[in-house]
Amino acid sequence: MPAETDIGPPDFKTLIPKVVKDNYGQWKYHEIVKPGVLKHVAESGDELYSIRCGSPKLVSIDFIRDLCDIADKYCEGHLRFTSRYNPEFLTAKKGNVEPIIKAVQKLGLPVGGTGKGISNMVHTQGWIHCHSAATDASGLVKAIMDEMYPYFVGEKTLPNKLKLSLACCINMCGAIHATDLAVVGVHTKIPAVIDEKLGALCEIPTTMAACPTGAIRRHPDKDIKSVTVNPDKCMYCGNCYTVCPAMPIANPEGDGVAIYAGGKVADARSMPKFSRLVIPYIPNNPPRWPEVTNALKLIVETYAKGGRPYERMGEWIDRIGWERFFSLTGLPFTEYHIDDFKFARTTYRASTQFKW
Amino acid sequence: MSDTPLVDELEKGPWPSYIKELKRMAPRKPAVADLLKIQEVSFKEKKTHWKHGGIVGIAGYGGGIIGRYVDDPKKWPNVEHFHTMRVNQPSGWFYTTKALRTICDIWDKYGSGMTNMHGSTGDIILLGTNTPNLQPLFDELSAHGFDLGGSGGDLRTPTCCVGPGRCEYACFDTLDFIYDVTMTYQNELHRPPFPYKFKIKASGCTNDCVAAKGRSDFSVIGTWRDSLRIDQKAVKEYVDGGLDVQQLVVHKCPTYALEYKGGKLELARPEDCTRCMHCLNVMPKAIRPGIDKGATILMGAKAPIMEGANISCVMVPFIKMEPPYTEVKALIEKIWEYWDENAKNRERVGELIDRVGLPTFLKAIGLKPVPQMVMAPRSNPYVFFRDGVDYKLELKK
Repeated sequence: MPAETDIGPPDFKTLIPKVVKDNYGQWKYHEIVKPGVLKHVAESGDELYSIRCGSPKLVSIDFIRDLCDIADKYCEGHLRFTSRYNPEFLTAKKGNVEPIIKAVQKLGLPVGGTGKGISNMVHTQGWIHCHSAATDASGLVKAIMDEMYPYFVGEKTLPNKLKLSLACCINMCGAIHATDLAVVGVHTKIPAVIDEKLGALCEIPTTMAACPTGAIRRHPDKDIKSVTVNPDKCMYCGNCYTVCPAMPIANPEGDGVAIYAGGKVADARSMPKFSRLVIPYIPNNPPRWPEVTNALKLIVETYAKGGRPYERMGEWIDRIGWERFFSLTGLPFTEYHIDDFKFARTTYRASTQFKW
Repeated sequence: MSDTPLVDELEKGPWPSYIKELKRMAPRKPAVADLLKIQEVSFKEKKTHWKHGGIVGIAGYGGGIIGRYVDDPKKWPNVEHFHTMRVNQPSGWFYTTKALRTICDIWDKYGSGMTNMHGSTGDIILLGTNTPNLQPLFDELSAHGFDLGGSGGDLRTPTCCVGPGRCEYACFDTLDFIYDVTMTYQNELHRPPFPYKFKIKASGCTNDCVAAKGRSDFSVIGTWRDSLRIDQKAVKEYVDGGLDVQQLVVHKCPTYALEYKGGKLELARPEDCTRCMHCLNVMPKAIRPGIDKGATILMGAKAPIMEGANISCVMVPFIKMEPPYTEVKALIEKIWEYWDENAKNRERVGELIDRVGLPTFLKAIGLKPVPQMVMAPRSNPYVFFRDGVDYKLELKK
């Protein structure tokens, strides 16, 4: 008999712990007991403790089974995950908090990711699974989080939370365009065009339409069913490669990462904002990308020093001005930083107000 | 000497290592052993070794599987196919260990044993299996109550924050709403009917823990219409605990709506409050959302491809969010109808709005223009009076 289709996901109501069921929608307040431990108190007086820990996102089923063992022992078989891949153990018993922390740490997982620091880094697949990756994801994230570890476990704190993310190409599956600090894989060389394969593999009008700048044209020789790329118009987005496998854009010499800063999605204090380009290009340097981790550390530490309480990265930069961001960090400002795409003019300074 | 020295480097350091995870699976999963070798070669050559996906799928479905092939199957035969299955997560990512162990056992039987908990959109990602295993894998997941998530030009797996399951900020039932729309639109989720992807995400307040405003075409954000509630006893507790209410709360209110006088914190100018959540974030014990709760609907967020990244913009300033969510669903369906009719291939709804203009889009989906939708009125004189002037100035006396 064929399997049933369209049954949808399991109903969450069958998966939530009793304390959640009993106090559903009746939560009164919360506090961060210590890094990685949240205490939520309901109108009824019931308490719910959540113990949050780090995860590499790319995990084995044995990792999940290890988590299940802890949840079976201390959480009546219940756990959840956050939107940033952090497993959370849920218990109504205060006495279980320390044993859970010990059990989690025994697995080698850090407890933290709450409050004014750095939580887990949202990221994509990279070289482990993706065809359009301009850089790796899991490897680079591991290298970055090793450096940011003190901010996860609460040994070091920041003016406010800092969300890190990484996308391995500008398709940005991790939606990094609105986070405090982001790493994006970039290509810097135009795609190759494999004329002998293109006619068979790709639809030419679709391929041309895929180019945001109109850089792709039919091959001038009518007998060759292929396209050409205008190098003056191409900005290496790779959208052509997405629709046409005969236009590979990966290039070990040119591929690397860019760094963006100051974005956010929350509305607290200031409105959501885009992350902005701060470092246009750093070549790939696996397995630890030291140039990338050092640059991120520099930006985080400059923010830690200059940010006022509750200022997000972007709010700190708004207050001091981008010109001061570049002078304080010492990062070079170049022609690459000035927008010349669609909404460029909204970023030009129509004022004599600026700092030095 | 190890044959993967670069990869081994990433077993070191305090952050949990995905390489250790791969190495746990490698002895019993030849595909994962190959994966480690590929990662080493990618580190050495600084490039990916995966090819474009071909079309693979499950009987009766048009999405949910990402086809993936290695570029040199002779060298790495165990990952010749290495497809991904997206499995629709439960609302709020709540699990019982029984449910998780079931997934693990099934994935052990049919795949690489490697997963993402979870992918960026929210699905459980089962990373790496071959074509013949796809159908039996799905059949067994389905028999145990799981179903596929979205991919391609369809409704992508809807996602939400933890909402009323744990959070006092939740202004509507995000968990129920997302479960409800997921169940209502199973067909749109499983059989790609659209010009491109369509994402629905719901956050219970504007802190927006699932980044709905940053990445979903249809972002539902909890808010309230009346005034926030302040508990003076709890304010005093914060003050006694050393919190500088004047500096950190009153001074940092973006609209200067709060006042702290004589030991009392008041919302002195409630009409100025934009419900940004800052004061609640600092003093969750003392300040709570109002009572008349609902949501703001914003639309159009997306990543850069292809006209540039967008953050969602206000479409409906306030809507009550109660099951069966008839009004919201009617709006979603109207949007789909207009988008389907008018979008170019691979044009996200936000890009369609940019191309035709917000006034045209509003008319098409039957929404009345209100000032909450814009940051400012237009500054240019280029108004289209296509159908004559539909405006009559009547000054209030």
